[in-house]
Amino acid sequence: MSNPNQKLTNAQVTALLILRVVIGWHFLYEGITKLLNPNWTSVGYLMDSKGFLSGFYHSLAASPKLLPVIDALNEWGLVLIGTALILGLFTRWAIYGGMLLLAMYYFSHPPFIGLKYALPSEGSYLLIDKVVIEFFAMWALSLFPAGKIIGFDRLLVKTK
Amino acid sequence: MSDKNQTPEKEQNENKKNVGRRDVIKSLATVPVLGAFAYGVYKKKQYDRLLSNSITNEVGMSYEEPAATPPSDVNGKPLRVGLIGYGIRGKMLAKALGFAHPTMVDEWKKGAMTNKDDKRYEEFLQQENLGIQITAVCDIFNTYERMCAEAGANVNREGTGGNMGPMPAIYKNYQELCAAPEVDAIVIAAPDHWHGPMTIEAAKNGKHVYCEKPMTWTVEETYEVRKAVKKSGITFQLGHQGRQTDSYQKAKEAIEKGVLGPINLVEVTTNRNTPNGAWVYPIHEDANPRTIDWEQFIGPAPWHEFSLERFFRWRCWWDYSTGLSGDLLTHEYDAVNQIMNVGIPESAMSTGGIYFYKDGRTVPDVLHTVFEFPKQDLSLVYSATLSSQHQRGKVVMGHDAWMELGQTLTINADVQSTKYADKIKKGIIDPELPIYSYIPGRKNVDAVTSATEKYFAGRGLLYTYRGGKRVDTTHLHMKEWVDCIRSGEEPSCNIDQGFEEAITAHMGTLSYKHNKKVFWDAENEKIIV
Repeated sequence: MSNPNQKLTNAQVTALLILRVVIGWHFLYEGITKLLNPNWTSVGYLMDSKGFLSGFYHSLAASPKLLPVIDALNEWGLVLIGTALILGLFTRWAIYGGMLLLAMYYFSHPPFIGLKYALPSEGSYLLIDKVVIEFFAMWALSLFPAGKIIGFDRLLVKTK
Repeated sequence: MSDKNQTPEKEQNENKKNVGRRDVIKSLATVPVLGAFAYGVYKKKQYDRLLSNSITNEVGMSYEEPAATPPSDVNGKPLRVGLIGYGIRGKMLAKALGFAHPTMVDEWKKGAMTNKDDKRYEEFLQQENLGIQITAVCDIFNTYERMCAEAGANVNREGTGGNMGPMPAIYKNYQELCAAPEVDAIVIAAPDHWHGPMTIEAAKNGKHVYCEKPMTWTVEETYEVRKAVKKSGITFQLGHQGRQTDSYQKAKEAIEKGVLGPINLVEVTTNRNTPNGAWVYPIHEDANPRTIDWEQFIGPAPWHEFSLERFFRWRCWWDYSTGLSGDLLTHEYDAVNQIMNVGIPESAMSTGGIYFYKDGRTVPDVLHTVFEFPKQDLSLVYSATLSSQHQRGKVVMGHDAWMELGQTLTINADVQSTKYADKIKKGIIDPELPIYSYIPGRKNVDAVTSATEKYFAGRGLLYTYRGGKRVDTTHLHMKEWVDCIRSGEEPSCNIDQGFEEAITAHMGTLSYKHNKKVFWDAENEKIIV
């Protein structure tokens, strides 16, 4: 990527930057609240899973060995991805990691017709929910050199 | 943001190795966001802590689980137990003692193999060994009699073909079982009309008794049972396993600490909507006049020709049953008596009818009873239906807060509370959100735990197990009885609690039958109809 902001206007760069930072903020706060709550566990969320992959999620919740690993991966994954997105550091990897997490969340609670969850939804969704929207926002973000214009990745590129 | 004075082309021409001041600024541009984030998190935590502390201090309740009871003493001589009755409840009681029929174990094993969420087998294997031996059994239906003996012999908790222990002695009537020298303690799971006579017979023989609720079928035998139990000095436990429910113990703490303020109304309910819930139990295929000792079934009840319906669905007739009052009101009343020590009410007024199950039954399927406790300034309202499962809960209503009880416990401040008025006004307490919630198995639940977690917990999704194991309250209740027999202590649902339970239930029943308010003459210990 020798020409990081080729064809991008200042407004485009600004919008992409804001998008990256707010998504990062969201990930980071989701991670931090879980880390700061000693009682937090993903078991309730996993047990509430419905849809064609629910068996997989239920088996994660039922495994006393896997559950702490899932919890830690989730907590630290969110924190690291969030921090990376805010700083623009290893941005593309952070985006891919974030998309993977979002895909896991989506398929654990897909808003399909006929599926009802214990966790109340704050809006009305049919097939598309905010998780999917964040997923595609991140995909779009990944197609631009978001961290290389404003962010640590710029230094990485420069010092290569 | 991009620098307006420098075009991208110019930037492009810069030497990559040459990291300029501008690059550093652009690289670090978003670092302050992390600072703002950290400040935001700090402020949020501070706010939550303030809110949580002010509520926790105000409520003054602990979140710790009640202490787990120490394991039963299994080193001494085993306690020798006789089982009377191996119907629906008898099977559950035997299982709670650690003895299940091999076919039941087969079924649980099969269930666990086809559905990994089916934990019945695992839980049964994990259930604590109480150090007992089943030495005698009695059931007047041949099939149940044989099954009961086989369950008693299943000392290794195995399925069909497993290694069985010695078969318990089979007795053809309860008198012989009560007199048997190889029996120290007796579990009574017979129909209601037999609870009194069997308890009295066991007590006369010096045998400890665990009796299913209600304690008695008639008012008169209530006094006799109390007399016999007290005179003999046996350890008596009435089968209200709700005594072992964690959340009830927490509810008692909340009331004692005055969290709810003055309490003038308690509402308890039964909400069932299945034939099974309305006592229309299945009729066993082996049952007939040759396999059932009908005369012994009738016993103190009025004579009636042999009837399979009456034998298996006896709860539907006053002839053998105490109806909703004895079967279900007693559980609700005992919960209230446990948490509030209400004792026997001064009066009872019942109304209801047979509105849904027009199957020849004589007991009502809809019943409402209001008990008055004027000395405590309290009304207890019981309302039951067997044709709707809309859960109305168990609610204790205080002037300052109300409490909803189930497996979990939640307390909400009342909008018009005097005690919490200041905190409600300041926005510290939101009457819409619980000021206290207790979720069994969950430690350190703080007052502002996320709504999401509470939502899951309320639906049993966060259910954890006491000491790492899921425990059946009936097992805990029987364990308490067994431990008390060994230690000589009084169990939680002893004869005095049982007396209050039975009299209260009878007052409700008499009011319904006579269609008038009935009173308790506490001085002379008499029900006045």
